[in-house]
Amino acid sequence: MIAEIGHYALMLALVLAIIQGTMPLIGAQAGIDSWVSVARPAALGQLFFVTISFAALTYAFVVSDFTIANVVKNSHSAKPMLYKVSGVWGNHEGSLLLWILILAVFGGAVAAFGSNLPSYLRARVIGVQGLIGVGFLLFILLTSTPFERLPNPPADGQGLNPLLQDPGLAFHPPFLYLGYVGFSMAFSFAIAALLEGRVDPAWARWVRPWTLLAWCFLTIGIALGSWWAYYELGWGGWWFWDPVENASFMPWLLGTALLHSAIVVEKRDTLKAWTILLAILTFSLSLLGTFIVRSGVLTSVHAFATDPERGVFILAFLAVVVGGSLLLFAMRGPALKGGGLFSPISREGALVLNNLLLTTACATVLLGTLYPLFLDAVTGDKVSVGPPFFNATFVPLMVPLLVALAAGPMMAWKRGDLMAAISRLKFAFALAFIVALGTWYVKTGGPVLAIFSMALGTWLIAGAVLEWAGRLKLFAAPLADSWRRLRGLPRAAHGMTLAHIGVGIVIMGITGVEAWTVEAAKVMKPGETISVGEYDLTLMGAKTVKGPNYSALRGTFKVTTEGEPVTILEPETRSYLTSTMETTEAGIRPTLSSDLYVAIGDSDGNGGYATRFYVKPLVHWIWTGSVIMVLGGFVSLSDRRHRVGAPAKRSTRSKLKEATA
Amino acid sequence: MTRKRRRLYLVLFGLTLLGVATALMLNAFSSSLVFFHTPTEVKADSIEKDRRFRLGGLVEDESVKKHTNGLTTSFRITDHDYTVDVIFEGSLPDLFREGQGVVAEGKLDANGVFQASEVLAKHDENYMPPEVADALKKTGQWKGE
Repeated sequence: MIAEIGHYALMLALVLAIIQGTMPLIGAQAGIDSWVSVARPAALGQLFFVTISFAALTYAFVVSDFTIANVVKNSHSAKPMLYKVSGVWGNHEGSLLLWILILAVFGGAVAAFGSNLPSYLRARVIGVQGLIGVGFLLFILLTSTPFERLPNPPADGQGLNPLLQDPGLAFHPPFLYLGYVGFSMAFSFAIAALLEGRVDPAWARWVRPWTLLAWCFLTIGIALGSWWAYYELGWGGWWFWDPVENASFMPWLLGTALLHSAIVVEKRDTLKAWTILLAILTFSLSLLGTFIVRSGVLTSVHAFATDPERGVFILAFLAVVVGGSLLLFAMRGPALKGGGLFSPISREGALVLNNLLLTTACATVLLGTLYPLFLDAVTGDKVSVGPPFFNATFVPLMVPLLVALAAGPMMAWKRGDLMAAISRLKFAFALAFIVALGTWYVKTGGPVLAIFSMALGTWLIAGAVLEWAGRLKLFAAPLADSWRRLRGLPRAAHGMTLAHIGVGIVIMGITGVEAWTVEAAKVMKPGETISVGEYDLTLMGAKTVKGPNYSALRGTFKVTTEGEPVTILEPETRSYLTSTMETTEAGIRPTLSSDLYVAIGDSDGNGGYATRFYVKPLVHWIWTGSVIMVLGGFVSLSDRRHRVGAPAKRSTRSKLKEATA
Repeated sequence: MTRKRRRLYLVLFGLTLLGVATALMLNAFSSSLVFFHTPTEVKADSIEKDRRFRLGGLVEDESVKKHTNGLTTSFRITDHDYTVDVIFEGSLPDLFREGQGVVAEGKLDANGVFQASEVLAKHDENYMPPEVADALKKTGQWKGE
């Protein structure tokens, strides 16, 4: 019964989405106010029915209703509750339903909280959001309904893919989707602005918080995925330049560019057409990402079994969305008049540089990712494009971006002073130099590039701190004065500083693990010791332990350095009851300077266990830095100026101030 | 600076960047493209020496042997017409087993043994790499739909 309600609710949602995607758009175009006012109830109604549908599927998973095919394939009664719930989106149909739910939530949010938007703009945004919803609802209802019943229900389910039974991966898809789908807001606003033929700072003030929110979620999603790969796949890799990873990284790159160009639209009323284009492309890449992951057209280390038919549907949808919106852009874009002029050396100039470099870098990733498809179609040759390609193209494009990043925020709008910025950065330069020398000394040489990257990371962090200190006039003015400035500084400024510091930390983490990882591998018997760097690893023993739905071989290792105990690590290899597949749970001890990482393999039959021991310097900084970046994003979001509905409130407040002054 | 001039400079700068990116990409493509080959193609001896490539097929039944050091594994990859010996040192992905599709990356050594530096992991027991599926279809060994 519950499943039928879920299915029926989806159909009702489709009907409402069709209304939501047509009437408000036509109404706004033709000036029929009664049609325009349909937008809000339609969006809220669609959200209501999609929520019911999602709740129905979740309920089916929670109570293990094995009359439903999807639950049978992806769940098992012995599974812990967390993975019963995460099983809802741990499969194609359910993850699509999650996509639709998030889309409806964003559409509903505009309907519920957008009361201070001009009513026509709001109707158009909701309308475009509705059209995207129509596409995905059709997709799920026609090709992949999660509510299919089985005529002969089995007694128990087949279990969720063991690799997905992990806290990191349980929350990876929702965050990734919140990011992907979040960019649909920027897209809808862009299309609405093209239909209106008008982009102004108020528009940018609306787009920025949504983009920032989506960007924060996408960053969390990518970081979670990378962290999961690091500890779950057993060889300590954290990024593989794999098509599925690139699929999420490309929208991130363009989303980052969009975040910055929207600032220029808001503050300086220029770069409008470009920002609109970026918004369209960012969401298009999110759709492309969904297509790559769901169609399985590219060989990926993270590949899941997929259905090509479904890929064709997404591809067609992608063609309509990208083609249609670019056509609209070509027709209406030129009418968007640019605003103020600026010199190349200015804040605007720096943000343009940021945009050009991020976009170019994204283009190289896109080409590298799609090239195998392209070559296969043209010549029939099968190739793969791996890390060497991306290291040789993406990295050189990032270096100028990161070098300029420290100076950019110090530039004034319209006309900046590069020499002044450089002189303010003297200290950052000196610090970077010292770090480079220090690294060179501690690591006795090492790759030049790695030493340069460590200096670059330092340069970013010091540059961000200096810019922040400069705003406070720290040490240049009395402390009380700085304190007053600190309290007066908008939250967005703190957010930017944090995010840029985060980037610096990530760079250093990447450098550390890529340049200076050391490892040893050996079949170890209890009592044996292997050494890596200054650490000695001793196998104390291994035993079989039982989990809720698996049994595991758990090794107990003691790590010492110069005889002093450091930690005990307990890596596992798990065999699941419902699958022939095993998973590796690495034993990891993070420290500030490096991670100690142990993975245990199968027994060799003579009491020995294949063991791999890695010392990975700074690797944890990658995720620490990502968390700081996201924190910066959220601090920035908490800025009153970014709060949804802020523009109107602020203007009344400043009017009040004028009145009382 | 007029608006037109500014736009011109921006476009020029953008094009320069694209040029640089293209140069970087062409350079990287020539050295870092990794081709995919089937065992049949390997036997046909059409492969450049010392070039990394990906070898795909099925893991031949009863061919997987762990060496005494416990870390090196040797096995054979087959497309049912030909087989290639493979040596891999490292931990195999959790889903590696006989009779299943596999893709390995590495080089041929002087004896014609494929020295794999990487065996691609899969996250799903039903997953078949698309190249392997195509290769098997070519030799008529494909049993899937």
